[in-house]
Amino acid sequence: MRSLFFVAAASLILAACGSQPAAPEQPAAGVEDRTPKVKVETPAVTQVTTDSGSLTGLAALKDPKSILSKRSVFFDYDQYVIKAEFRPLIEAHARFLVANAKMKMLIQGNADERGSREYNLALGQKRADAVKKNLTLLGGKEGQIESVSLGEEKPRNPGHDEAAWAENRRGDMLYSGEY
Amino acid sequence: MLAPISRGIFASLAVLLLAGHPLAHAQLAMEITGAGANRLPIAIAEFGGERIISHALTSVVRTDLDHSGLFRLIDSGEAPLNDGNIAYGDWKNRGADALAGGSLAATAAGRYETRFRLFDVQKQSLLGGQAYVAGSAQLRSTAHRISDFIYEKLLGEPGIFSTRIAYVVKSTGRYELQIADADGANAQTALASREPIISPAWSPEGARLAYVSFEAKKPIIYVHSLATGSRHVAANFKGSNSAPAWSPDGKRLAVVLSKDGGSQLFLVNVDGSGITRLASSTAIDTEPRFSPDGQWIYFTSDRGGSPQIYRIAVSGGEVTRVTFEGSYNVSPRLSPDGRSMVYVSGNGSRFQVALMDLASKQTQILTDSAKDESPSFSPNGRMIIYATESGGRGVLAAVSSDGRVKQKLSVQAADVREPAWGPFIK
Repeated sequence: MRSLFFVAAASLILAACGSQPAAPEQPAAGVEDRTPKVKVETPAVTQVTTDSGSLTGLAALKDPKSILSKRSVFFDYDQYVIKAEFRPLIEAHARFLVANAKMKMLIQGNADERGSREYNLALGQKRADAVKKNLTLLGGKEGQIESVSLGEEKPRNPGHDEAAWAENRRGDMLYSGEY
Repeated sequence: MLAPISRGIFASLAVLLLAGHPLAHAQLAMEITGAGANRLPIAIAEFGGERIISHALTSVVRTDLDHSGLFRLIDSGEAPLNDGNIAYGDWKNRGADALAGGSLAATAAGRYETRFRLFDVQKQSLLGGQAYVAGSAQLRSTAHRISDFIYEKLLGEPGIFSTRIAYVVKSTGRYELQIADADGANAQTALASREPIISPAWSPEGARLAYVSFEAKKPIIYVHSLATGSRHVAANFKGSNSAPAWSPDGKRLAVVLSKDGGSQLFLVNVDGSGITRLASSTAIDTEPRFSPDGQWIYFTSDRGGSPQIYRIAVSGGEVTRVTFEGSYNVSPRLSPDGRSMVYVSGNGSRFQVALMDLASKQTQILTDSAKDESPSFSPNGRMIIYATESGGRGVLAAVSSDGRVKQKLSVQAADVREPAWGPFIK
């Protein structure tokens, strides 16, 4: 019970002192700096480590037992709302972003292959934007998250049937160091 | 008569002439699958001069005119023309309405002088002729210039044999933005990447390409100078940057940015400065294209509930809808004379190149394929190149604006997509 208390306390403290101003927007003609800058603050007063077992720890991002290792939100045809089945996933990532305010996320939206590439780029953008909006509503900072689209260009499933298309109507959440 | 060494040189020059750059990997191969209704019968006599290289030049001219779908080649036999004594009656009996022939001669400076003349067989008169001096590396382009001359003299519009096309080749784990002659020869790679490249767009003077690259894991617009290979970022705002389109004066790009939410239309100077918003909607606005007079921008939007084509004045303001038939009309591109618009019309799962006469609003589907994308007019407005699928892979195809002439261009063991036809080079 004691360790749970410490975990909860640590979460509160991490969240409270986590806010950082968002990085300034790059000038219009410059290339955005994409070098990952990852630094997790460990407050002096607690004994919580940021290893696996903590819902807000970095290792959870790669732990197959943690919901945080799941990164994809799938969408129905012509729909851009987050389906109920993905709410827990979004909530978990939102909590992670709140707890790790220096972490940055790139959301890549995708579309199935049918039709114009540029229009599909815009459809993928709608999906990425929907994921971002939900994350920011739940506390993620605007400056932490960038939503972009890959359109139909990088399908996860190269098939040409409904099952493939469903798998490609998707937003993927990537953290610093993963892109 | 010719020493073996000289024959070898001529033979390799002929190979260069015929095959374009023999070292070019991923060569585009063209075949013609449909021809015009009333092809003009023309005889191209063997060019005189050293036999191997003259025959190579003659072949390029014949292939150009044959592949245009507008000429029917009449067998000319083996002998070059005797300029001073054209047997018009013979040519008429063979069915030719026009006749061309010439000769190739090496000059002292190691270059070649090519002369030719074009004759009207019916009227038994000379229509014109040209002479060119060029190095051996320019012999293929000399042949194309001859084809252009013949085409324009007989059909009354400029030929496109000296123009170039840009397109993207995708092979396993690799994307290349390539530029080739309009017949697919001389392919050169402008950009090779492990990530996708889409939406290449020629600058009006033909020296630069804008395109979208995903090399940074998000779409970014680059402007690339073809002569030097140097490039700069034209748009890398937060979010996605795509669909670049050049203004006719070559100074600005219309682009699509998601930096302010959604996919919206903006204008930006080519160097990336001076970003201004062109239109605002809560829908998807994308695929902007300037009209040739620079006054209008046509674009795709789903503001009405389904993707349709609209237009707006470059100075902004009222948006007018252009397409009304069907539930999916995208990818508008205006013809060089501004009078018609090619686009892609979707019908359920089928996507086809369509043409609209802007004055009458009459539309016509030009293809019978099912996965057409990215149509692009030739600079004489006669042909439309587009991407489609054939034999399970991506190929380029071209169709004439009346739907009759059909060509296919493909690369072995790779997908080709995203064609853009370059302008006339002054």
